[in-house]
Amino acid sequence: MLTTEADIAGAVLDAHADSIPLELSGGGTRCGLGRPVQAAQTLSLAALDGVTLYEPGELTLVAQAGMTLKALDDLLDGENQQLTFEPPDHRALLGTSGEPTLGGAISVAASGPRRLRMGAARDAILGVRYVNGKGETLRAGGRVMKNVTGYDVPKLLCGAYGTLGVITEIGLKVMPKSEVVKTVAIAGLPDGKAISALSAALAMPCDVSAAAHLPDTIARELGFSDAVTLLRVEGFATQAAYRIERLTEALAPFGPVAGIDSDPWVAIRDAMMFAADDRAVWRISMKATDAPLLVAALRERFEVEAFYDWGGGLVWIACEEGRDASGGAIRQSLAGFGGHATLIRASDAVRAAVPVFEPEPTPIARLSTDLKRAFDPAGILNPGRMRA
Amino acid sequence: MIEMPVPNQQIIAKRDSIAERLRRIVPTEQVIHAAEELKAYECDGLNAYRQPPMLVVLPDTTAQVADIIMLCRDEGVPVVARGSGTSLAGGSLPTADAVVLGLSRMKDVLEIDYLNRTIRVQTGITNLAVTGAVQPDGFFYAPDPSSQLACAIGGNIAMNSGGAHCLKYGVTTNNLLGVTMVMADGEVVEFGGAHLDAGGYDFLSLICGSEGQLGICTEATLKILPAAEGARPMLFGFDTNEVAGEAVAAIIRAGLSPVALEFMDKPAITVSENFAKAGYPLDVEALLIVEVEGSDAEIDEQLTRIEAVVAPFGPSTVKRSSNDIESAKIWAGRKAAFGAIGQLADYICLDGCVPLAQLPDVLKQTAELAAKYDLKVANVFHAGDGNLHPLIMYEANDPDSSRKAEELGADLLRLCVEKDGCLTGEHGVGIEKRELMLTQFNERELRQQMAIKDVFDPAWMLNPAKVFPLSLSETRDAA
Repeated sequence: MLTTEADIAGAVLDAHADSIPLELSGGGTRCGLGRPVQAAQTLSLAALDGVTLYEPGELTLVAQAGMTLKALDDLLDGENQQLTFEPPDHRALLGTSGEPTLGGAISVAASGPRRLRMGAARDAILGVRYVNGKGETLRAGGRVMKNVTGYDVPKLLCGAYGTLGVITEIGLKVMPKSEVVKTVAIAGLPDGKAISALSAALAMPCDVSAAAHLPDTIARELGFSDAVTLLRVEGFATQAAYRIERLTEALAPFGPVAGIDSDPWVAIRDAMMFAADDRAVWRISMKATDAPLLVAALRERFEVEAFYDWGGGLVWIACEEGRDASGGAIRQSLAGFGGHATLIRASDAVRAAVPVFEPEPTPIARLSTDLKRAFDPAGILNPGRMRA
Repeated sequence: MIEMPVPNQQIIAKRDSIAERLRRIVPTEQVIHAAEELKAYECDGLNAYRQPPMLVVLPDTTAQVADIIMLCRDEGVPVVARGSGTSLAGGSLPTADAVVLGLSRMKDVLEIDYLNRTIRVQTGITNLAVTGAVQPDGFFYAPDPSSQLACAIGGNIAMNSGGAHCLKYGVTTNNLLGVTMVMADGEVVEFGGAHLDAGGYDFLSLICGSEGQLGICTEATLKILPAAEGARPMLFGFDTNEVAGEAVAAIIRAGLSPVALEFMDKPAITVSENFAKAGYPLDVEALLIVEVEGSDAEIDEQLTRIEAVVAPFGPSTVKRSSNDIESAKIWAGRKAAFGAIGQLADYICLDGCVPLAQLPDVLKQTAELAAKYDLKVANVFHAGDGNLHPLIMYEANDPDSSRKAEELGADLLRLCVEKDGCLTGEHGVGIEKRELMLTQFNERELRQQMAIKDVFDPAWMLNPAKVFPLSLSETRDAA
């Protein structure tokens, strides 16, 4: 078992010398994301699970990549703090087991509903230690809150799916938990109106920490009786009450705003509404106001279910795999608006055959190839995970 | 003194023909070649270093920028991009064989989209003009470097600039959604866009903060945010820097998320108070200005909570603003600090960052090092994120004083690195901290970063003598 960073570096060095492809693994819960990797060996980071440093008074945490998010949440909870980016748990959707790790969440840039207000996984990263494809152990960034010393390599490694380097340790900015967290809802809005309501809410200085819209059938899965447009408001008790009052007033033209008792955000974060079946699931990042137009255009072509997070800027779509295996219709329709579609769930055969990530224009594809070579000249780290 | 590469005389010999060809790309008057006019571009905010460029060109469009880049690539001419030239790190210092590509004419607002809370601009626009464009409708652009009246968004992107309010809203990289970039081969490429996250490698993150070394950003899509209903500060005075530092950590830990948390030490307090008459107490060692925002009631509640958190640390002064006039007064001294010090002496403004817990010790050692060099140092900085701005006062006309100031600056930055901090929190490396990069990173780490530049700009034509120690960048082919 590889228990130290030096072990990891040694393993990569050997693999580099012999050109042996490695599949990186943490808790194994997100192994269905990206394209299937063809690798002779697995490099597990699960044993690198220690906390290097936690300074609650500086909102700073440095932990090893294999630390489980569960252990991390427990640690932060002890100081009434939390991660800023609310990473999704992909187990239910992908049908995986095990414990999600920090390294995994960072490597796939897993960002949940709070991304809207507090930024994505990338925005939380202060620094990393990593092993490049040559087996060199390197540092980038640091542990301080502001740092422009050299290129921002830590953010580059976030979302690189382990194809540029093996992240062994991550420095993060964390945040305090709010005293009060409340969710309010407007019922029965059609998609377009709902996104307008969310835009109106997000134009108010109310620090809305999550904003989603669940159309009728999706909302029913979570026990609502009709479509719901949801806003999460946080702060001190009086502050949250005041913010809800202002939002209620501003959103009156869209319908009555009412508080709800359940917490729908974990289900939204994890796309639980799509977990029970085996349809293809897409995640589309686009301009919020275009999102309902895209969904309407797709509905004219085939049967889709969709819901919206990030104020409409993130669209989750489920459709029969056979109907849109190539993503052709989705990407074709999206091209008219601009944005990025990522295939989150599909059979291995489909993920090997279609671009899981939005195909890059030629100059960017060339940069991606060259950048990969600059970090991993032998191409041994998670080969094929992002691109064929 | 920091060395610059020896200019290539073969390039300089082609100056007239290059100028002539640039005039075919942009109108004649937008190619600057006369010595007296070139002087305006000989330095930026790091004005101890001066070198007029070979030529300056001021394009109006992305297509012109692309043509200029292709011409310079064909002729082997280094290109130094320049926004407003406010860099404090020498980020836009030219060499004698370089063309300065000035973005000052490219300052249009291209699109404002309130429903999606974005604005698209040309990158020569000033930071404050971006906020100005959306302010009447209740929005603002969050990063607010203190040079925001003058500094250009292009420079902000190059340096990943911060500001006093980034404690709550983040720095440039957290507020940048997309750029149009002219690559080193003249190709125009879009990175990101009006949406949030994209798949693929996060090139946008890499571009932001790359100091104009990976390409020239000509347009940018930025996030805009709804402006708070109001904001009010509170002032605390402390008998020691240590206790003030502890109070800062307590405020952060309590989850009170102020929008700004500024620290001034005794030398800074004295100078600012004499200059601005802000009513600061002169018998304290350290001042904290803590600002919160929201509705009146929200502000009151937050300030009450902050006061309660700070109380156990025994502040000797507590002043709470209850209206705009009092707020302006509390901020007056802080805002005047740099100007006030500038009236007393020349100064170098450093930008190291340290973990909050190290603040008291770093301040103590700063005073000791200043005494060793027999120079005065005032500290005015963003305490909430540990971003120090020691101002080293010296005499620019005295070579000995200049040398000492530079050496002290280097010592202070080494101290920041030793304390688990970094060389620069928001100003960038430029030429100023280029040679110190090896105190923060080892050679292999820097070679990995230089390999990124190789990918974007294989011939190293874009702002070449910055960020990396010359000893490494000039020998990289041999590596």
